[in-house]
Parts: sequence; C-alpha cells; structure tokens
Amino acid sequence: MTLVQNFPFFSIILSMAAAIVSFVLRGRGSRCVHLAMVTAVLAMSAATLGCTAATGESYTFMMGHYPAPWGNEIRVGPLESAMALCFSLLMLLSVLGGLAHIERDIPPSKVNLFYIQLDLMLSSLLALIYTNDLFTAYVFIEICTIAACGLIMARRIGRVYVSAVRYMVMSLVGSGLFLIGLSLLYAITGHLLMSPAKQALAALVGQKSSAVPLTVIFVLLTVSLGIKSGLYPFHTWIPDAYGYTTPAAAAVLSSLVCKGYILLLVKLMVRVLPAASPAAGRITDVLFVLGVTGMIWGSVDAIRERDVRRMTAYSSVAQIGYIYMGLGLGTQWGMVAAMFHVISHGAMKALLFICTAGLTEVSGGRGDRMALRGAGYRHRIAGIGFAIGSMSMIGIPLLTGFVSKYTFAAAATGAAPRRMVAAWIALAVSTTLNAVYFMRTVLVLYTSVEPSQRRAKDYRPSRIENAATIGLILLNIALGVASPPVLETLSRGLAVFG
Amino acid sequence: MGASILTNYEEIGAVLLFVIGLVNLLLQPNLVKKIIGLDIMDSAVYLFLAAKGYIAGRAAPIYTGGVTDASLYINPIPAGLVLTGIVVSVSVSALMMALTICLYRQYHTLNLDEIMMLLRRQEAEQLQHLAAEERPGDLP
Amino acid sequence: MEKHRPKTEYSRRERFTRWCVGEYDPSAERLETRAPADEAARLELQRLQEYAANADRGIHHELYELGLRRRVGLFTRFYRVAAVLFALFLAGVLLLTVSYLPRFGDVSAPENNEVARRYIEKGLEETGAVNIVAGMILDYRAFDTFGESCVLFVAACCVLFLLRVDGQEDPRSQALEDMSDRFFEPRHDAILQMSARLLVPVITVFGIYVVLNGHLSPGGGFSGGAIIGSGLILYLTAFGFARTGRFMTEKLVKILTVSALSFYCAAKSYSFYTGANHLSSFITPGTPGAILSAGLIVYLNICVGIVVACTIYSFYVMFRKGGF
Repeated sequence: MTLVQNFPFFSIILSMAAAIVSFVLRGRGSRCVHLAMVTAVLAMSAATLGCTAATGESYTFMMGHYPAPWGNEIRVGPLESAMALCFSLLMLLSVLGGLAHIERDIPPSKVNLFYIQLDLMLSSLLALIYTNDLFTAYVFIEICTIAACGLIMARRIGRVYVSAVRYMVMSLVGSGLFLIGLSLLYAITGHLLMSPAKQALAALVGQKSSAVPLTVIFVLLTVSLGIKSGLYPFHTWIPDAYGYTTPAAAAVLSSLVCKGYILLLVKLMVRVLPAASPAAGRITDVLFVLGVTGMIWGSVDAIRERDVRRMTAYSSVAQIGYIYMGLGLGTQWGMVAAMFHVISHGAMKALLFICTAGLTEVSGGRGDRMALRGAGYRHRIAGIGFAIGSMSMIGIPLLTGFVSKYTFAAAATGAAPRRMVAAWIALAVSTTLNAVYFMRTVLVLYTSVEPSQRRAKDYRPSRIENAATIGLILLNIALGVASPPVLETLSRGLAVFG
Repeated sequence: MGASILTNYEEIGAVLLFVIGLVNLLLQPNLVKKIIGLDIMDSAVYLFLAAKGYIAGRAAPIYTGGVTDASLYINPIPAGLVLTGIVVSVSVSALMMALTICLYRQYHTLNLDEIMMLLRRQEAEQLQHLAAEERPGDLP
Repeated sequence: MEKHRPKTEYSRRERFTRWCVGEYDPSAERLETRAPADEAARLELQRLQEYAANADRGIHHELYELGLRRRVGLFTRFYRVAAVLFALFLAGVLLLTVSYLPRFGDVSAPENNEVARRYIEKGLEETGAVNIVAGMILDYRAFDTFGESCVLFVAACCVLFLLRVDGQEDPRSQALEDMSDRFFEPRHDAILQMSARLLVPVITVFGIYVVLNGHLSPGGGFSGGAIIGSGLILYLTAFGFARTGRFMTEKLVKILTVSALSFYCAAKSYSFYTGANHLSSFITPGTPGAILSAGLIVYLNICVGIVVACTIYSFYVMFRKGGF
C-alpha cells in the first residue's frame, strides 16, 4: 500500500485530532488549526484523486488488523476522492468567507467550540464519504447531526434555539428510522459491511419471504436519509436552520451537510441494494416524485419569502429536489448528473450565502427587499458574487448551474418516456421560478438609489472575505467551463463505486 | 404475514415501543416529554438488537474457563452495537436537555406549540411592518 | 394531670389520622432537610423571575389573538392526524417485517455467521480479551468506538457552547442562575452528606474496578466512567460547588478529556496504520485473564472512562449552573 493510499485515513484522523486539540486552545489557535487542517485535507484529497483517477480503480483500506467481514474498512475510488476534494475546498472557502462574521457573532471565549464543530463536521463528512460499513455510517451520521446543531446555534439570538430544536426533532426521527432500518438489515443479512451485505441480499432476492423486509428496510433507510437531507415533505426545518445562523455555518450547512447524507444514500443504493430486487424500482419511483415536487414547491416557497436569507434557504429545498430527481431517474447518467449537481449546488449555495451575508451587512443587518435596495453598489464584490450565483442557479451558460441542468435534461432522455417528460417539465417550470425570484433580488440589489445610499456606512469588507468570494466565483465559472473532465471523473468513479 | 409473528415477542415489543417513542417525539408539545419519547425510541432499538443477539440455551459472550467454542456463547455483535448506540443516545439526550434549558430561559415555557405561536406572532408583526414600509406611496 | 396538652400529643391514633389528612408532620422542626429559605434571596429570585417574564408580557398578551390561534390550531390538528397516521402505518409495516424475520433465539438466523464465529473462536487469541464484546468493540470494530467517543465529545462541546456562562455575557441571567441554584438545591443536608461520605468512596472504587476489569468481566470504559461520574455528582450535590471546585476545575476537566482522547486517537491511528499497511505492531495480546493484558484495550478503557466521567460531570454542572 503506497503512502498516497493512506491519505483518506489520514484526513479523517487529522480532522478528529484537530477537534480534540482545539478543546484546549483559544479562539485564534483553534482557527489556525482548523484552517491548516482543512488545507491539509484538501491537499491530501487532491493527491488521492490524482492517484485514483489515474488508475480508475477503487481500493479498500482496513481500519485495523482484520480483513473484510470482521474489521471496519473504508473504500476509496475516484468518486469518493473527488467529493472529499470538493467538500474540503468548499469548507475552506465558506469559513474564509465568513471569518469576519464568526468573530462578530460568536463570543471570543466560545470560538474554539465553534471550530471544534466545524472540524468534526468535516471528519464526519469524510467518514460518510469513505466508509464501507453501515454502523460506522450511523455513528458518523450522529456526529454530523450534533455538529450541525452546534452550527445552527452559532449565533445565540432568540430564534436559533427554536430552529435548533426543530432541526433536532426532525433529525432524531431520521436517526431512529435509520437505526431500526440498520438493525433489520443486520437481522436479515448478518453483515454490517456493505459489500458482504450486498452478497447476502443478492442471495435473498429470489425468495418470497424476503421481499417485504427488503423493501421496508430500504424505504426506512431512504426516508431517514431524506429527512436528514431535507427532501421535500421533510424540509420544514431548513429555512429556519439556514436563515438565522452565522454565514459561514449557513454556507457549510447548506452546501455540505445535506450532501453527506445524499452520498450515503447513493452508496446504499449502489453498494448494498441488489439491482435485481423490486425494492430498487420502488425507491427510485418515490425519490423521483418527491424530487420533482420539491423542485417546484421549494421554488414557490422561495418566491413567497421576503427575507433574502430564508429565500436562499428555500431555494436549497428546490435544489435538493433536483438531486433526488436525478437519483430517481434510475439511470447511470441520472446519477452522474445528481453527483455533479451535489458539487455544483455546493459551489453556488456557498457563494450565495457568503454574498448574502455581505449584502445584509451593508443594509443595516436586514434582509428584506426594501433594505437591500442598492446594496450591490454598497458592497460591490458581494453584489457581483450574488448576481453570478443567481445566474448560475438559473442556468446561464458558462456557469456551473447550466451544466447541471443540461446534464439532468440529457440524462432524462435515457429514462422511461413518462419520466423523461415529467423531468423536462419540472426542469422548465423550476428554472422559470428560479429566474423569477433570483432576478427579482438581483434587480433590487441594483436599483438606482441616491448617491448617499451608494456608500456603505462604517463597513469595510475584509480582504479575506473578498478573496473567498472571488474564489467561489471562479469555482462556479471553472466548473461551468471545464465540466467535461469533471463529469468524466464522476462517471468513471460511479462505475467502480458499487 | 410471515410465520414468525407468533414467536417473536421480543421483536414485536421492541417495534411497538419504537413507534410509541416516535409518536411521543413527534406529537408531545412538551419538550421534556419529547426527550422521553426519544429515549423510549432508542431503547426500543436496543431491545430489538439484544433480542437479535440471543440464541436459545447459550451463555453471555464472556469466556468461562478459557473455552473458545462458538457453540457455547451468544452472538457478541448486537451487544457491541447496543453499547455504542447507548453512548450516542446519551449524547443526544444531553444536547436536547441543554436546548430545553435554553428555550425555557428565553420563553418561560416548555411547550413548543406556545413558543411557535409567539414566534409566528412576531413574524406577522414584522411582515406588517415591512408591508407598511414597501407601500408605493412611501417611495421617494 | 394536665388538661391542656397540645392537640398533637393526644394519642398515636389521633396523630396518625391527622398525618393521613396532611395536617401533621412528625418530622417538622426536628429534621432540617434544607437550610431555611433565605427570605431575601427568595424575594430577589421572585423579582428577577418576574422581571424576566415581564420582558415579553406585551407579546404574550396579544398572543391569544383569535385568527392566529385558529390558523395554528388547524395546522397542529393536521400535523397530529398526519403523525398518528404515519405512526400507525409504520407500526403495521414494522410488524409485518418482524413476522418475516427468523424465530427468536434461532441458531440458524443469518446473523450467527462466520463473523460472530470468528469473534468468539479467535477473539481470545487475537485480542487477548476475556470479554468478547470488549475485544470486539475496541479491537475488531475500533473505528466505530472511536467515533462513538467523538459523539460524546461533540455533544459536550455543544452543551458547553449553549450553557457555559462566561463572565462578561448577560449578567442578568447569571444572577438568576446563581439565585435559583441557591434556592432550589439543598444545603447542609445531614442525611445526604452522611450518605455521600459513606457512598462516594465506594462508588468511585467500584467505578475504577469496572473500568480496569472491562476486558475481563462485564463493564468497561463507558459504564465505569458513568459510575465515577455519578459519584462525583453525588459529592457535588451533598457538599456544593465550593468543595468540588477545589479539585474538579474546568482546567482539569479539559486537560483530562483532551489527553485521554489524544491518547485514544494516537493509539488507534497507530493500530489502523500498521494494520492497513501490514506492518508488525508492538501491541501483543499478553496473558489472557491478567489485568495488564489484551494489548491496548485496558488503556483504551481507562481513556474512555476518564472522558465519560468528565463529560457526565460537566453535563450536570452545565445544567445546574453553567460553570464549574
């Protein structure tokens, strides 16, 4: 085993060690540790991606001295390392973009606790990406849930406790369902590792007595991960949770946390569920319907919302709907499109949340349309960033959102005819609705106002914040312009994922 | 309906307890009762796992007299999963309690419905305020 | 002959009937369960609570507006019906699934496969732990268990983040906390103090025993740590913060937690690294049954015990006062 192949394991352990050490550090120290750790993880993930993309193969890494069905293990391939790379990059940019706000929103004596949540969040996301063991996945889901709750409460003002409680209740229902689903799966297969479990399930598929348990188990697991990632009817916690916290936390929550659960779901669908079982078809049906509903209703809710932060949060509901719609198409290309949208939505949403924070900051801390008038003049870079993020969301060519939508539309051609038409209509409607609420906001930002209101009063955006915004803008453009190699890597990764 | 419905009392009990816990978690407006529901739900899963680990007529998975014959001991895996799961549920309950304490300090009630009403009221006021501000007549 | 004896001393029966209806309390004025409530403190507490409640009075009053009630009521009713239906459906589905599972206690169930067999047959040889479950969670499936310690750690951080009162922030709530702690908690309770004096050493020693014997008998880091933690909580309840503050300071708790977790992290990283790269590791199972055997398991149990004891104690301290 070469040194590079150890890197995924190093990055998980490094992020956990960073969290542990930060417990005795002060705010500044823990910030440095966090940034250094994320940069190191970024570099290591890039090296792993280079290595796995060159060979196009995936490999397993034993966590301990015992081989497959006895010990824990992680599994690394091009798709996993690409996701790890993109998650660590987005986390780095989001934290840098929200650095000034973190210092303002969080009391100095508790900053280190905030960074601990971020460190453990990254470690749990990496573990969810790489793990090949269902029970490890459950443990890290819980870490992710608790750390996300900590991030939601980062700004300790009135409403955050209520949104945290709502988030926790929904997510605990999800955890409970996941745990019982996991126990049932263990009861019928006798394995917790994914690959042996799939073999055991494949032997069961033909038997009549296992059809019901198999369907129930996968519906339970899907629903639990759907609740946790904010799939449409279970999305009620999203706007509150994303809308009131500090911008870095909102960016991390919306662009990364849901995606960790979605990746786990994809892993379950590809790596555990045997393709021949009738449960597979039913699950994709449900995901497709819920995804399409989410795409449209999320956008309608976003149109009705006045606060730009909550509007951006509702648009997340719609975008999660896109991802589930892609998974629900039930084809290889649909899954590739969904995986690309995971990355591209992360880039767009992080940019939007960071820019929204800058824009509300120069508008007296308010996020409604009245206050935001002309904010694009008061904070140029955030204004440009928001405009580019919005255009990307709508699907203007040369930006990443366009590539996602194009890939979804192309993937739909491979699906059953009725599904193809439904997907196209949903894409068209949702794009129109996206255009309505994002363009409306962009127009508000650039409404002409009196010269006195074109200057921000006593606010200077920090250089790091601007650099992070520009970095995210460039990421959006890069993913839009240079999408073929990314799509190629993802589809090759998905081929060796199962 | 499968054949084991008449023999799997433990699993049936666990499943029913799970649903009871889930209903409590979802429906109780009182935050403390929600936490109790959560604990019932988690314990039900542990009961289920413990029942799955049992094999009739075998001993607990601790070697007695250095005998390492697999036909003497029950399955140790569910026990390990329960141990891990308990720690997770302790952590989550503690976090929920802390949230409850914070909410009680702020709103002086444990009833989540009342808190939500209060928040809706505040939101409605804010909306009215904004609507008044956005009226076209007021625009410069 | 005394004719005017106090009523309560008339007869046992009289006293018993009066006790039954709650008019008479034999322990009154003989047994002091808590210090007499400091009247000034009580008034101050009441004043603070009223002040806190008044802050939102205006909104509270308007809360009962009819329209809002109706809308929220409708939503609540819908939500309830939906949740009950969902729960009934879930119960039915799960019962159906259970009916297809193998019989309870069946040897031929799928989970009694080669995985469980190896844990039992090779466990003693490979891990050195007499307690198969300890060997399994701390050696075969150690990554899960490390994750589990991190769950506890992240929950502790969240609770600290929520509840720790740091000097400068919100003096009003801190005053309220101090007051309510003084008012609601017993002080100088003779029974409690005596039993704590007797029990705390026993509890602590038992906790240490459970931790150290985790690889030999039922128990282990988590259960032992929880026992030690509850011993500390009992001590705190009996003697107050002034006494525990002498040894359980925030600094000590932090240092203990961090060093235990760091050791855990380093030890497990070493074993994962050597395992995955097929290197030889210096950790050996040792003599099964000895206290210092089973490789790292005994040290890992000690680490987990320390972390759990510290975390449970700090949960209690945070819930009660928001500081050590």
